[in-house]
Amino acid sequence: MDLLHGFGGQLLLGTISTVQLALASLVVGTLFGAFGCWMQLSGSRILRGIGYLYAAVIRGVPDLLVVFAIYFGGSLTLATLTGRYVEINTFVAGVVALALSFGAYAAEIARGALQSVPNSQREAARSVGLTKAQTLWTVVLPQAARMALAPFGNQFIVLVKQTSIVSIVGADELMRKAAEASGATRQPFTMYLAAACIYLALTGLATLLLEWSERRAVRAYTH
Amino acid sequence: MFDFSLVLTALPALGKGALLTLKLTALVILFGTVLALPVALARNSASTWLRTGANAYVMFFRGTPSLVQVFLLYYGASQFDAIQHSVLWPILRNPFWCVVIALALNSASYSGKTLSAALAAVPKGLQEASFSLGLSRPQAFLTVDLPLALRAALPAFGNEIILTCKATSLASTVTLLDLTGAARLLTSETYAPYEVFLSAGLVYLAINYSLMFGMRRLEIFLNYSR
Repeated sequence: MDLLHGFGGQLLLGTISTVQLALASLVVGTLFGAFGCWMQLSGSRILRGIGYLYAAVIRGVPDLLVVFAIYFGGSLTLATLTGRYVEINTFVAGVVALALSFGAYAAEIARGALQSVPNSQREAARSVGLTKAQTLWTVVLPQAARMALAPFGNQFIVLVKQTSIVSIVGADELMRKAAEASGATRQPFTMYLAAACIYLALTGLATLLLEWSERRAVRAYTH
Repeated sequence: MFDFSLVLTALPALGKGALLTLKLTALVILFGTVLALPVALARNSASTWLRTGANAYVMFFRGTPSLVQVFLLYYGASQFDAIQHSVLWPILRNPFWCVVIALALNSASYSGKTLSAALAAVPKGLQEASFSLGLSRPQAFLTVDLPLALRAALPAFGNEIILTCKATSLASTVTLLDLTGAARLLTSETYAPYEVFLSAGLVYLAINYSLMFGMRRLEIFLNYSR
């Protein structure tokens, strides 16, 4: 890797870290999203309020602010709880912040998809003797999942790109490695361009995967 | 543990940062929208070269993080002596203009794609009708196609404005004291992250929900004929 002055390996390590960050945030964020959606559709007014407030607040502030709040706020909370200064793990703080953001969008996507399934479907399923759980799992969710697939996938692509901001609080991912390599080689353009190309490859791969799964998802309707 | 009086004292201090955030947002939207039109026209153009170029541009700016784009411009430009000695250097040395240019290019890639789809969706019959009424090509484009496309693209533009406002927080990573930058500075001075970031969040919410409300009103206003 002459072009990268021996920093190719470091960038690759950063890429692996970025992928881990994105996948961990996807899993945790989907849980947040499911929980948020459940609250938004809940019968309780208080839970509904919290669910909507969560989505409205997170979607209205920059992810970078959320990262800072979790990182610096988390450090202070840990320090208060343990009575001494604790350096918060940047990876964990990053996953929590990115998952909070992803979850807010995922909750809205999931709610929209569930509400798009006509009520007559639920009534028909119940009238042929399916239980509430069966109706949800075999009738409503399969249809809602297809509706949600495209926006959910697009949100994941946004998430992959947003992992870069966690480098600002020092997480050791691709962007951070590129910054270190820029400092060492004094070739910031080369290093950031290399990072950009890697991000482009990652989002391109995610887009291909999404398109493939969208094609698979519509098969159920064409057979 | 949570000091509400700190929120009140933090709000005016964040005001200056909020002004910079608004200034950045306004400039990025302005330049981004102006750039979106040539991008949209190139994407819909008959020339393969223009189409490929525009598609590559859109792919690059949509496929990479805004942070990389800002850093490429702000830190990357200094790698080349030619740039350092050119007339562009006073602009590219300035973090403010680097953020505006990088985010405007980013924004134009999104709104350019939206606008090109909206333009392509304007029914061909309308164009034929305008020609048959004696309108020239530019006249037909400016008075028939473009207004209709802009109206159709308005909801997507509204979302783009909110995303842009949030993206300006990246200015804090290149030494600017926008709302996020000011909040970070205030946190290191007061050691009160909850109060400060909550206050900053409230200001962002106020800005973004006002923008959203304004765009809704604009949509309703422009749709009066329907």
